[in-house]
Amino acid sequence: MDHLLSQVTAWGLVLLQALLYAVLGPLLVGWVRKVKALLQNRRGAPVLQPYRDLRKLLVKETRVAHTASPLFRAAPYIVFVSTWLGAATVPLIAVDLPTAAIADIIVLVGLLALGRFFLALAGMDVGTAFGGMGASREMLVSALAEPAMLMAIFTLAMGAHSTNLSTVIGHQLAGGLALRPSILFALGGLTLVAIAETGRIPVDNPATHLELTMIHEAMLLEYSGRHLALMEWAAQIKLVLYGALIANIFFPWGIGESFSPGSLALGIGAIVAKLLLLGGALAIAESVLAKMRLFRAPAFLNLALLLSLLGLLSHVILEVGT
Amino acid sequence: MIAPLPLLQQLVLVLAAIVLLTSFVLLAQARLISAIHVFAWQGALVAAVTAVVAAAGGAPHLYFSAVLTLGLKALLIPWMLHRLARRLELDRHVETLRLPTLVVMAAVALVIFSYWLVLPMVQEGLAFTRNIVAVSLAVVLIGLLMMVFRQQAVAQVLGFMSMENGLFLAAVSATAGMPLVVELGVAFDVLVAMVLFGVFFFQIRESIESLDVDRLNRLKETAEERE
Repeated sequence: MDHLLSQVTAWGLVLLQALLYAVLGPLLVGWVRKVKALLQNRRGAPVLQPYRDLRKLLVKETRVAHTASPLFRAAPYIVFVSTWLGAATVPLIAVDLPTAAIADIIVLVGLLALGRFFLALAGMDVGTAFGGMGASREMLVSALAEPAMLMAIFTLAMGAHSTNLSTVIGHQLAGGLALRPSILFALGGLTLVAIAETGRIPVDNPATHLELTMIHEAMLLEYSGRHLALMEWAAQIKLVLYGALIANIFFPWGIGESFSPGSLALGIGAIVAKLLLLGGALAIAESVLAKMRLFRAPAFLNLALLLSLLGLLSHVILEVGT
Repeated sequence: MIAPLPLLQQLVLVLAAIVLLTSFVLLAQARLISAIHVFAWQGALVAAVTAVVAAAGGAPHLYFSAVLTLGLKALLIPWMLHRLARRLELDRHVETLRLPTLVVMAAVALVIFSYWLVLPMVQEGLAFTRNIVAVSLAVVLIGLLMMVFRQQAVAQVLGFMSMENGLFLAAVSATAGMPLVVELGVAFDVLVAMVLFGVFFFQIRESIESLDVDRLNRLKETAEERE
């Protein structure tokens, strides 16, 4: 009986965590926009504005171009579900949830790649010039970002001897506060990848619909109504996903290590504080930096790959055998 | 596992890793003035490594080396290079590396090669700094690579000086520093080399009206025919 009860609690927590991702997504985006507005001496929209936008889009009529294939209608659901499922595998408030069994980093990369694949297909489906251009750019960025992300993650996996996120976080918690060059480099590499993958400045500008510079927005131009809402929601969840990944892997302190209410409350408080800090840092970085030309993006991602590679090498050279 | 190491020794490893990173930045940096700044940072980091090794390993004579390195490699030589670059009107000089990604990947291969080379020595087990020997060897080799791939004379000098940084790091990490007399001699040598380089820059520029050393390979007549 006790066993059953603990199973039910654990799965309830999994559901709660998945819901938290969906709820935190728009909130984080609203927070970043608010901080950016304050930095630009504007009052800015309320933090809750993204929720209102999503509700507005969800109740609006959904129009589809008449050249669109069924894939165009299916893509928003696939993108949303794969991103959300990927997010649900990343420990947010507690480690060792039942989903820890599938919380593998390579699974996460695969799920994100699946979503991206359908996003690019949908961009090309209607046959407008901007959609195809956005899709090709997205593929350029992601083809370069993926190896860098995998390298950064292998650096961590080598330390923990596992590619399971829960195990990696547990290893980090057990290791205590230690200065490790490999972790520093991996953090740098993964941060650059996160910026590129979530389409933030300096790789893509999330706030513009200017034809020549947009990447992510270009693929969504033909969408309206609830399709658009799902696509935007998926992008917001992806931002939280990367934020949680960076926060919980590199600064895991505070995450719930048992299922007691106290440690869970601490876990929620800790992750919200970390995301607020990361969002603030992102807003400051976006205010300070200018967007790069698209053809500079490969150099940016090469830097990410170099940092991750150096992390891997310095793990082998400096940390093994001491 | 690194966890049982004391904090100071962890700090040495982190600083050494950042020295390696500055080597990569130096290799790929196209702007001459920025490259000189990066070189100054590398010198400061090497000095910091020396100071922390002195504190962690209880070798007070290394403090002197640290101060010498800081003064020479982080302040005096970068200042001289900076002044030279200004007088040669190279402030805004941007040199585009051919195949930058390939060069950086070659440097990564050099890091792996130097690790492989040092492996038997690491297994002998010297001090806690033994792992840094591979890093310092990599810094030397990347400096060499920079001298091969850069065409600009001042950038080649930067590569040469960063090789010297790597050698110094190797001396500190493998044998807890050289005797004071040797160290002073090397420091003096580097300084004299710097002055000679300065003279040579002006000579080269006078004879080929450029600091692109690739043009030294051409015969004078063919160069004139081309123009």
